[in-house]
Amino acid sequence: MATVRIPPVLRPSTGGAREVDATGENVGAVLKALAAEHPSTEAQLFSDGGDLNRYVNVYLNDEDVRVLEGMDTPVGESDVVQILPAMAGGSR
Amino acid sequence: MTPSGAEYIRQIKSQIDEVDPAEVQDNLDNGVAIVDVRESEELSQGHLPGAKHVPRGYLESRIEGAAPDRSQRVVVYCASGQRSALAAKTLRDDLGYENVQSMTGGITLWKDRGYDVEVPRALTAEQRERYSRHMLMPEVGLEGQVKLLDAKVLLLGAGGLGAPAALYLAAAGVGTIGIVDDDDVDLSNLQRQVIHTTAGVGTPKVDSAQEAMNALNPDVNVVKHPVRLDASNIMEIIEGYDVVVDGADNFPTRYLLNDATVRLGIPVVSASILGFDGQLSVFKPFDGPCYRCLYPVPPPAELAPSCGANGVLGVLPGTMGLLQATEVIKLVVGTGEPLIGRLLLYEALGATFTELKVRRDPECPVCSRDPSEISDDEMGVFPDYEAFCAAAG
Repeated sequence: MATVRIPPVLRPSTGGAREVDATGENVGAVLKALAAEHPSTEAQLFSDGGDLNRYVNVYLNDEDVRVLEGMDTPVGESDVVQILPAMAGGSR
Repeated sequence: MTPSGAEYIRQIKSQIDEVDPAEVQDNLDNGVAIVDVRESEELSQGHLPGAKHVPRGYLESRIEGAAPDRSQRVVVYCASGQRSALAAKTLRDDLGYENVQSMTGGITLWKDRGYDVEVPRALTAEQRERYSRHMLMPEVGLEGQVKLLDAKVLLLGAGGLGAPAALYLAAAGVGTIGIVDDDDVDLSNLQRQVIHTTAGVGTPKVDSAQEAMNALNPDVNVVKHPVRLDASNIMEIIEGYDVVVDGADNFPTRYLLNDATVRLGIPVVSASILGFDGQLSVFKPFDGPCYRCLYPVPPPAELAPSCGANGVLGVLPGTMGLLQATEVIKLVVGTGEPLIGRLLLYEALGATFTELKVRRDPECPVCSRDPSEISDDEMGVFPDYEAFCAAAG
């Protein structure tokens, strides 16, 4: 069971949880499991075609999955999947 | 009979080798160790280029720092050639230096001949006192403090992130601090924007910030830019600054700033905040990734709420803004490992810091190219820019 870290903008979709557990053999499966558990995250993570939206960065532990195997990157039991959209706030 | 002082020096001069300033001038770059044996306070009027300073009173204990090799040619000088003659004798006879000369006429004759001198930067007595805690640290010291005093740092925004950064950078003695902000102080700002005051509500933020910074440190030259950055003014505003501190509150400005700083080769210390969460990284063009490498496209407006809409813990921009100020000082002084190629996440509720790797994107539309090829028209643009801006209102 991997840990998924939820960014502030997605927390309303996870009932406020900052971390959730999700099972899957790779990053794509873990994110799909998250979307199954918390359906309103799906539209924010994935495009209509089922691909991860380009404005969402996903890290396996400290590494961007774009430089690993993308959605096919294997996920181990104690791994942390970090979802990270850009934030612009500078607190005007 | 005991000789007079003048007679004694004449005797010493006859026993040592002397060299004319013209020959020293010809050999400045030839591996000769030039040693200035005057007192510290005499150096403020200038010294020979590249000279090492070893006051005559410390000659025996400190010469090895200036000339570790005893077979190396050493030229010593003082104001007029007398103290250096005595120093040359000590170096040769007592310390075993094999090739020592005293420069005839000292720096007085050197200057009379019109040769170059380097004038060291000296701090005033007040500056030495003000920055004494920096000077005590070898990682900063006089050299680092002078770099701070000479530095030009631009703050993008005098808001939540810019407020603490501005105060601490002013306190640290950053010589020129520019502020870009076209906003006025609002009562709702004061929960976090600690540079502004209740009495300043309704006044321009750049004025309010300048007043606070100069009250803290009159050394700082505050340059006010009461405008909103856009493609037409950004190059003119940011050119000449050594570092930009990005505390912008919107994506178009962040992409625009990225593109302009990549073109000009200016590092950006970037932070963003929302709620209880903060992000921080240093984008140093071509040494590491740029903002577009990390975030190729911005999120749609519904996934990019502002602090104005969603709120922010007042302390959080203080934490993140001071981490930015710390990175600025490291970049200016040239010490430590700047946060290049790394993204630091701070989550205040859990009190966790997480560090992620950020790679340069070999396909980056901006920093993978020759900066001279990036045109004004391309800056801040991405494929769905128009739609995004329309959605963001």
